Amino acid sequence: MIDILLKYFPQLLNGFWVTIESSIIALFGSLILGTIFAVMQVSRNKITRIISETYVEIFRNIPLLVITLFFFAFVAPVAKKIGLPIDGFTAGTIGLTLYTSAFIAEVIRSGINSISSSQMEGAVSNGLSWWQAMRYIVLPQAFKISIPNLGNQFVNLVKNSSVLAFVAGLDLMYNANSIAQNTFDSLNTYFIVAIFYLIITMPISYYMKHLEQRFKGGAH
Amino acid sequence: MSDISMITFNNVEKYYGDFHALKKINLDIKKGEKVVLIGPSGSGKSTLIRTINGLEEINDGQLLVDGYDLASDKTDINKIRKNVGMVFQHFNLYDNKSTLENIMLAPRIVLKRPENENHKIAMELLDKVGLADKAANMPNELSGGQKQRVAIARSLAMQPKALLFDEPTSALDPEMIGDVLDVMKDIAQDSDMTMLVVTHEMNFAKQVSDRVIFMADGEVLEDSKTEEFFKNPKTKRAQQFLSQVEHH
Repeated sequence: MIDILLKYFPQLLNGFWVTIESSIIALFGSLILGTIFAVMQVSRNKITRIISETYVEIFRNIPLLVITLFFFAFVAPVAKKIGLPIDGFTAGTIGLTLYTSAFIAEVIRSGINSISSSQMEGAVSNGLSWWQAMRYIVLPQAFKISIPNLGNQFVNLVKNSSVLAFVAGLDLMYNANSIAQNTFDSLNTYFIVAIFYLIITMPISYYMKHLEQRFKGGAH
Repeated sequence: MSDISMITFNNVEKYYGDFHALKKINLDIKKGEKVVLIGPSGSGKSTLIRTINGLEEINDGQLLVDGYDLASDKTDINKIRKNVGMVFQHFNLYDNKSTLENIMLAPRIVLKRPENENHKIAMELLDKVGLADKAANMPNELSGGQKQRVAIARSLAMQPKALLFDEPTSALDPEMIGDVLDVMKDIAQDSDMTMLVVTHEMNFAKQVSDRVIFMADGEVLEDSKTEEFFKNPKTKRAQQFLSQVEHH
């Protein structure tokens, strides 16, 4: 195992950074998209509700791999014709973002629904518009309540980023596959890769637990 | 009190499914008037007061608030809410904001009040309701009576033309009620704001209000000067109601 690690360390490290990069982009992208679709789903406008519900149902009910291959095999060639090259990394990260955003939308929507309607009524009666009340009063409280579930989604996201391996995304998993093929030592290669994934996911788990503890009991 | 109307109901109807919550309501409340709305529970008092700032939509009739037609699609409800404050039975303070921030938030965002002035007004209001020392506390660190006084200060910070109170003391422990009523009395005496108060506090009604509206089963049964109402209630329902609450 040590010899694989020593020999392929630069390659593994490259993949490790690609996985982190893809995960960070997808994390922020899916958090923003998920929040937008969650708010659309609790709005009083029927059209925005239908758009959001459709989006969420489509993306959380199709396998991530299918979404990613769709972008890689169909959207990428079309985009290339109009001068927008989409490589494996981009296709994979887009797929990961859209897929995760559907789950995050559900997490935040249920967070919003768990905040008493008296918060919204108090805010709009105080002169705030519905949007302002959502932004300053309801959403901050909904995020706090959603922290444990968001943590799960973020950890899943990092693990799901291995989908990049299927579209030549040059991530950790992609490099692991190639190393395993060269060395004929799958067991040790994937063991090393598992440790690399843990290096990313464990701090996320720990940090989300820490946040949860900090907000426990009060809404500070 | 002036002759200009602040709140006018013309044949207002409200249904919840099959339940007829408000029946042909006709009311006219003038600017600066202090009106108390009483009646047995389930009579539609809260529903009525909640229609005034659009928390409940009316199904028929006309409702004018400060010249705006609430049933019209062209009316921007936010403009009405900016000028019509509401104090709730369960306070509805922002759980994620400190006492001071509860008061300063809406003036900052909605009125764009400069920060220095905003802070000064908020502290003056906290002082007025006797809670200047609680400025930094979170709502969950306050008692019910304190929360309600902060909620009143929060409404006043918007300097509204009218203030609606929806059973402001019903959720409070008995020893907390007096402090809240005192604050409300001060407001009634010091300001020319229109006040509409849903309450079961008959002494407050007698001391503070110009007029009493008595409701039962979704209808306005009496609408008279306060003195007249308590001396000579016209309807049997009102007589019964008064004898019940006054013997407590």
